[in-house]
Amino acid sequence: MLVAIFAIPVAVGLIGFLLPARIVGWWATLGALASLALAVVLVAGFDATGGVLRDVVDESWIPQLGVRFQLGVDGLSVFLVLLTSLLWAAAVLWSALQAPDRPRNYFFMLGLAQTATLGCFLAQDLLLFVLCFDLMLVPLYFLVGAWGTGDRIRATIKMIVYTLVGSLLMLVGAIATAVLSADATGGITFSLEVLRRFPLADGTQYWIFCFFAAAFLVKMPAVVVHGWVVDAYRSCPLPVLILLGGVLSKVAAYGFLRIVIPVFPDASIHFQELLLIIGLASILYGSAMAFTRTGLRDIVAFSSIAQMGFITLGIFSLSGAGGDGSVLQMVNHALVVAPIFLIIALLAERTGTEDIRAMGGMAKRAPVLAALFIVVTMALLAIPGSANFVGELFILKGVFETKVAIALIASSGIAFAAFYALRMYQRTMHNPLPEGADSRELTLREGVVLVPLVACIVALALYPGLITTRGQDSVDRSLASLCEDPYGIAGEPAAVVEADCPPGIEPEPAPEAVAGRGGFDAWTGYGPAAAAGVAP
Amino acid sequence: MIETPAIDYGALSPIIALVAGICVVLLVGLIGPRGRRGLSSALTLATLAAAAGLLVWQLGEPDADLVAGALRSDGLSITIGLIVVAAAALVVPLQLRDPAAEEAGFGETHTLLLGSVLGMLLLAEAQNLISFFVALELLSIPLYVLCGSHRSRSRSLESGLKYLIVGSIGSATLLYGSAFIYGGSGGATDFTAIAQGIGADLADDPLVLIGIALVAVGLAFKVSIAPFHQWTPDVYEGAPTPITAFMAVATKAAAFAVFARFFITALGPSADQWQPALAALAAVTIVVGNVGALGQDSLKRLLGYSGVAQAGYMLTGLLLGTVKGIDALVFYLAAYMLINMAAFAVIAVRERETAYGDDITAVQGIGKDRPALAWSLTISMLALAGLPGTAGFIGKLFLIEAAVAGNYTWLGVFIVVGSMISLVYYLRVVAAIWMRPAPRLAPAMAGASTEAAGEPGLPRRTGEPGRTPSGAPSGGRCWLVLGAILAATAATVAFGIVPSPLIDFSAHAGEGLASMLGPG
Repeated sequence: MLVAIFAIPVAVGLIGFLLPARIVGWWATLGALASLALAVVLVAGFDATGGVLRDVVDESWIPQLGVRFQLGVDGLSVFLVLLTSLLWAAAVLWSALQAPDRPRNYFFMLGLAQTATLGCFLAQDLLLFVLCFDLMLVPLYFLVGAWGTGDRIRATIKMIVYTLVGSLLMLVGAIATAVLSADATGGITFSLEVLRRFPLADGTQYWIFCFFAAAFLVKMPAVVVHGWVVDAYRSCPLPVLILLGGVLSKVAAYGFLRIVIPVFPDASIHFQELLLIIGLASILYGSAMAFTRTGLRDIVAFSSIAQMGFITLGIFSLSGAGGDGSVLQMVNHALVVAPIFLIIALLAERTGTEDIRAMGGMAKRAPVLAALFIVVTMALLAIPGSANFVGELFILKGVFETKVAIALIASSGIAFAAFYALRMYQRTMHNPLPEGADSRELTLREGVVLVPLVACIVALALYPGLITTRGQDSVDRSLASLCEDPYGIAGEPAAVVEADCPPGIEPEPAPEAVAGRGGFDAWTGYGPAAAAGVAP
Repeated sequence: MIETPAIDYGALSPIIALVAGICVVLLVGLIGPRGRRGLSSALTLATLAAAAGLLVWQLGEPDADLVAGALRSDGLSITIGLIVVAAAALVVPLQLRDPAAEEAGFGETHTLLLGSVLGMLLLAEAQNLISFFVALELLSIPLYVLCGSHRSRSRSLESGLKYLIVGSIGSATLLYGSAFIYGGSGGATDFTAIAQGIGADLADDPLVLIGIALVAVGLAFKVSIAPFHQWTPDVYEGAPTPITAFMAVATKAAAFAVFARFFITALGPSADQWQPALAALAAVTIVVGNVGALGQDSLKRLLGYSGVAQAGYMLTGLLLGTVKGIDALVFYLAAYMLINMAAFAVIAVRERETAYGDDITAVQGIGKDRPALAWSLTISMLALAGLPGTAGFIGKLFLIEAAVAGNYTWLGVFIVVGSMISLVYYLRVVAAIWMRPAPRLAPAMAGASTEAAGEPGLPRRTGEPGRTPSGAPSGGRCWLVLGAILAATAATVAFGIVPSPLIDFSAHAGEGLASMLGPG
């Protein structure tokens, strides 16, 4: 199942090389819809109890280097997998309607990017994760560089160099983690489930944490390392922008929850305040820039920085509520950003510009488009009743539980969001229609892509519990590493001081019990259960 | 104890096959007319195939000391031998339409090529100061000639002369260093005897240390480690492209083999002294090579500098002195061979098809009309940069894992910092392929290249009297070349996804060296 979800996009792209150029777009759409269908089936049949991994795939891959092909899905990743498939389906369908140049290469690159992204969400082997994380950049480089607009070559090289600085350091960090814990784990292994049981010494954790944080913060992007974002957003073709802004930034946030906190718990506590301040700075700076810029893409780029700042805050509140809110908010933000980019494309088509000073009055002749846009805008500013509101509420609750001062300042971010979101809506939809602009209603072709995405926002607003109930246990499980001696190494029952756990988190049961629930020990042969002589 | 030299013909058989092949190819080249390139190439390939087959057979045999201990056939020598032979086999089809081979004569070119291969095989097997030096010269001298074999092109002659001078200085330094080591270790020439002679007492003896430094410098010239790399871009640019490809890959492989064998077995007692020094050299090399490549417009110069940087990565594997480090080094060499052969072959093809020589303009816009070449060069560039999905990524992963395990984590960081810098110039090439339009000037296609080939602005003799049109270097598409390019590219990707066979292959090298160190 997971292997199929992982492999279908790139396989579809490869087969596309054999097809006539005319139909390759529709073939890719078919493939994207198939992978979406699989993802829906995965979510429908998902059992979230205990937050353990499901549908585990574990194959030997590079035994000499300790790398295994391990896939698995839990409450953290299951909705991100669905989200990835959904946005890719939208992007591929949109592209197929536009008929790009050199379609075989284009759709292959999209497929490769999807496989790499899904690989990040599914990987349970640290090296497989890093590999997929780096691999995402290759198709992105081509998509921006070959099909982008404006100063695209400079923008794409800037983006790649920026993001690779982090990712390659992360590669060293990942290898160091595996090699340095080899004595404890009994042989080099990159398996996340094993590595989190054997935390490294504090000092080692600190520098490896810095490498990982560099990779994820650049990707997110967070303030200070966001230099590539604006150029990339300006040059990126719009369907790809949906993916860049919607999904790829979430990989970074997910990486913090999946890898950094469980595997480097001491460093996460040590650097908690630094990361919270970076998140806070991202919110303030992103919001401030978003309501001074006039280009629509710039506005969305900076608002994304602000939104990702919220997610960072939620994660590094190191509390159950904050984590839950971040997982929900990741999905929310992606669902909001994707239709906004499509609407930007529609507006640019109708007015010939992406500058809000030259726009206006679009609502007059296009009420349906305006209605869809207002739904998206309301979601972006997290109006009560939207899923975004729930997400931000959870995040702020988590931060209030740990750092009150930061939570107070961060709350202002919600007000800022209302300001820039409404400004964007008003300047494009209200006011008189400028000369030369053409206020047309949504066509059927455009509606086919846009309406389902907006429907998802509405559906999630009605029932945000869909995600939080399933994510909860897995978030708790990730944060359980922060408890003192969470696993009771060597088979001893966990000796836990309640006060040492993050708010709302219970320590995990002793390893034997985990193994009994179908944990990783049974199939890695590593881990304390195996070390203690418990038959796997 | 008196040793009678027992001759192990089995272990010597690859060498014997090569020597026989050299004689046959030379004779065929003498009796035939100039145009007999097909026969000479076929015989060369047959020789290489025979050598490869015998090497593979030897891989399963136990390690053996040959020729009274002057040579040693073990996992290291055989894996390196196979890499060298494969590189030569990929060069032969490239030579088919090469103007340099056309001018110098196919028989002679191929004889020299095989001679150099023989030198490399012997160098990888050498475990004695004498055979070490003799093999190094046997490797180098044919290459000096081959670099200058495009006689009508002044750059080629310049390259040959430059290589000769620099190479001789390197050899002389090495020889001088060997003399110090011979003296310092109490008159030993065998590698194991040197190790015993140095022992724990003489490990930081000035005489020995001077010897080590000089030998390291001599070898650094050969594998182009900074600051002894200055000749590399010039020679690479001037030499005929197939020869550049061979030099870049095979020389490096053979020289690294003996570098590893000599330093780890003979100079093992002084490891604490040379390890930090080589680590510093590796770090400097990585930075210098990658920064040097940044502004290059000539693809061959670019790959020359990139080769310097790669030598820095490889040196990391060597200086660790661990089995894992050697495995990683040999894996990296094998991957580097595949990647570089594909890249140089694409450059050679474009040199013949366009008037731009090896300038980056020659590959601009080929994504549109030459997808096979474009994808091959793209994958090569991404693999050299170490992006995932290619053997280059696994190579770096292997090296970094070995470096961290060998307590040289900081060198691992240097490797990735180098990779980051390198992306700027590798991606520039990829951008030229896919994102820039083809140059205005129509490419000179089949047949027309005699007028247009060669760098613009350089005087070039156009055609010789009496040369038939069919004998002229043709820009026509050669399926054999394309096949070689695609095979190398496919292998690059395949070993990037399923690297285990290549890792198992390179593991022979570490075993071989470990067995030489033996129980003692």
